[in-house]
Amino acid sequence: MSVYENVYTQVQVRLNEPDPGVDETIERLGPGFFESWAGYFGNAQIGPIYLGTLGVLSLLCGFLAVEVIGLNMLASVHWNPIQFIRQLPWLALEPPKPEYGLKIFPPLAEGGWWLIAGFFLTAAILLWWLRMYRRARALGLGTHTAWAFASAIWLYLVLGFIRPLLMGHWSEAVPFGIFPHLDWTASFSLRYGNLFYNPFHMLSIAFLYGSALLFAMHGATILAVGRYGGEREVEQILYRGTAAERSALFWRWTMGFNATMESIHRWAWWFAVLCPLTGGIGILLTGTVVDNWFLWAVQHNIAPAYPHVFPAVADPSALTGAAQ
Amino acid sequence: MRNVVLLFAGGAVALLTTAILFTAGWERPPIHTVQGGFRGLSMGQMSTAASEKALAAANKLPDPLPPATPAGDRATDTYKNVKVLTDLSTDQFNRLMLGLNAWVAPVDQACNYCHNPDDMADDAPYTKRVARVMLQMTRAINKDYQTHVSTTGVTCWTCHRGNPLPANVWFKEKPAGAGGYTASNDGLGHPNAVNGTTALNTDPFSGLLDDKGAIRVQAAQVYPAAYGASIQATEKSYSLMVAISKGMGVNCTYCHNAQDFGMWSLSTPARVTAWHGIQMARDLNAKYMIPLQTEWPADRLGPVGDGPKIVCATCHQGASKPLLGVSVANDWPELNGVSKP
Repeated sequence: MSVYENVYTQVQVRLNEPDPGVDETIERLGPGFFESWAGYFGNAQIGPIYLGTLGVLSLLCGFLAVEVIGLNMLASVHWNPIQFIRQLPWLALEPPKPEYGLKIFPPLAEGGWWLIAGFFLTAAILLWWLRMYRRARALGLGTHTAWAFASAIWLYLVLGFIRPLLMGHWSEAVPFGIFPHLDWTASFSLRYGNLFYNPFHMLSIAFLYGSALLFAMHGATILAVGRYGGEREVEQILYRGTAAERSALFWRWTMGFNATMESIHRWAWWFAVLCPLTGGIGILLTGTVVDNWFLWAVQHNIAPAYPHVFPAVADPSALTGAAQ
Repeated sequence: MRNVVLLFAGGAVALLTTAILFTAGWERPPIHTVQGGFRGLSMGQMSTAASEKALAAANKLPDPLPPATPAGDRATDTYKNVKVLTDLSTDQFNRLMLGLNAWVAPVDQACNYCHNPDDMADDAPYTKRVARVMLQMTRAINKDYQTHVSTTGVTCWTCHRGNPLPANVWFKEKPAGAGGYTASNDGLGHPNAVNGTTALNTDPFSGLLDDKGAIRVQAAQVYPAAYGASIQATEKSYSLMVAISKGMGVNCTYCHNAQDFGMWSLSTPARVTAWHGIQMARDLNAKYMIPLQTEWPADRLGPVGDGPKIVCATCHQGASKPLLGVSVANDWPELNGVSKP
């Protein structure tokens, strides 16, 4: 008999025909099909899918955004496809320069494309959010997924839209690009006096690492009690079985306290949702309310002071008046 | 269980192999760290046996030349058209010319690299006119910029190392990209040697080392008053700092405390020296390199037609102290070095 004790799924459920799912009055694309490779990681059945107006519009907007970003990146290497692949992690589409402020139509070459790409990407994301909400409602589900996604959208909007609006400059926003957005993050921290001293950044990191820890604990627990049917979590919630009891006892033995079969999902949901939620607050306050987080942390007795091991150092431009 | 272990081990090996194959900058351990800050803070400088060896090999000194007496015939009496080295004796003058031969001139051309062999006083060769300005500059560095070079000083060798054009000079770059309506990205988004293969500015020097653009970007107050330095200015300063760090072969923490990069009271004394170095590089470019623009032949110009200019790496060449801190000024009073104690 197959058991749930491996890192990949050894059991693939296959029906004679792909399962169309509940409520057949809702139209969907195709009957679906089976794919064993998908079965190693999740359900072997692919589709049927529901795209709808929102889905089509969202994909269209997303496609336009990716085209604008990708073609500008390709242009930045003189339309050379080999350099495009080689330099792809470095390639950027930068926001408008500071001198354009919040101008809606800066020159295309000077950030106009960034605004266009940002508009379509945002439209795609918001349409996808609406689609998620409506699909959940159509299936009679709660809207927890949509609100968790909304938390990520909040951080995205703060970084690229709300905070630049408050600062009065599109140039404050994040560029598109893999390394460019990471270099932006480092520069952002340098400019505003070390983001690690931002308490909301601290909270966000705590929820980020906490999410990873909770995910590991929960995943491990369920896999570990899989041999007692623990992966049937809903059944275990309604009728506590030996899997639920053993997993609960395991955590009470090791740390004295256990989440329940149902509450662990609330833990996970809140940790995941609070990560971008607090992070977004931290970003929103940076430059608008606090200009240097290290100095703020010194003022509030958060930053540790270390003994000086070097001779006293002072700003030479103040001392010499830049003589020479 | 065996499957899980095998899967994890295989995954780790595959990831590491991929990373080593497709990314640069891997160094063989052990890494040697020298702690600079208070315990627990490290502020360390790192090296490996291989990097130490490479640094020593790259910083060999030229063969010494026997000293010359400052007394005796004056160079101005012996030679015609001496305009810069007017304070030297003929012996000293000759010694310095031998030095220039060894430090700068191509071996097969020697004196004739700068001089017209039929008339050594002839100012026609551009190399001679440039060399004259370079001698003025070298003597000015040793005399007027001791806040940066201390009494260690520099000679032509410090930058040239036997090359007619020093290996680490700076030219402005052609703007990246296809131009037209496509995004210019302001010089961001391409890895190069200057920005340390980041996506930061490929040319952080324009405006900062050939002009006096503001390098300081970090807020000096807790709460914002007016709109301060932009993210773009920060990225440029950041790229400049990466170039300095690479040019000197040091970490950020050689000068800065990562708690707050901008705060002087948390910084190391090396940051003061570096600050004077930035002022020096700006001055040298403004006073000596940029005015030479009209002298350069086409093959000495950069991709957009500017002449070579000075950055930190021009002298430092990957060492925190050029030539690993060996004092060269003592041996070369001809270059206005400090006299021996």
